Amino acid sequence: MRDFVLFALIVVAGTGGELFVSRAMKVAGEAPSFHPIEIVKLMLRALRVPWMWAGVGMMAVAFFALLGALSLYNVSFVVPVTALSYVAGAFGGVTFLHERVSPQRWLGVLLVAAGVTLVFLGKS
Amino acid sequence: MSQHPPIHLKTYLMLAVMIVAGPLGNVLLGKGMKSIGAPVIWPLAGLIHTAGMILASGSIWLGIASLITFFVAYMLVLSWADYSFVQPASSLSYGVVALLGFLMLGERVSPLRWAGVAVICLGVFVVARTGPSTTRQGADASEQLQVTEHAQAAERV
Repeated sequence: MRDFVLFALIVVAGTGGELFVSRAMKVAGEAPSFHPIEIVKLMLRALRVPWMWAGVGMMAVAFFALLGALSLYNVSFVVPVTALSYVAGAFGGVTFLHERVSPQRWLGVLLVAAGVTLVFLGKS
Repeated sequence: MSQHPPIHLKTYLMLAVMIVAGPLGNVLLGKGMKSIGAPVIWPLAGLIHTAGMILASGSIWLGIASLITFFVAYMLVLSWADYSFVQPASSLSYGVVALLGFLMLGERVSPLRWAGVAVICLGVFVVARTGPSTTRQGADASEQLQVTEHAQAAERV
């Protein structure tokens, strides 16, 4: 149960956070150059987008869940299991956003799920 | 894209930073958390003690610095390159994290786990190559064309 909650938080809060941050960065715009001042400006612009704060909050939750999981298990076990976010993403897209998920994407999701299963089986 | 040749190199540079800094950060966090031992989160005094131990760990701070480096590289590359281009490339990081766990922390990675990691990398690659615009499949032809052009532009980056 504890493990389930930890991994669910990492996967769900992490994926949600990435979606929000990604959306915020699209609002904030493109970095015109690699000049440090431009990068700082972009970061400051991004911080003014509310999506950014929602995203960062969710990523913080995922981060503490990750710390908890890492204190219990090896990093080479924990991180591959977090790949379940691709599975969650596909199901979330279909259920909540009514997206159409292509057969090729389902194939990829199936592969990820199979890989995570193998990682679980090789846990010892 | 020929007008902006430096973007090409910078994209690959940022991807390389992502693929190294992300896994390195996770491995350092793992190292720090392992050195702390089982975290106590209740009662409150236990939580404060655990938080203090986490904040006092050099590995944790190095890990956070590494993850911030990853995050900045990720955001920068996403500001000009498509998600559908960045994601397949970053699938390699699942392999890197297992490799670093083995090399830096001496974790025993069973053959089955290696196989699982390889299948995950392949799966992420396949997921990501489908592109993020599949909702447009039913859209009209002009939109479809735009999506295709967009994907092709991403290919060239």
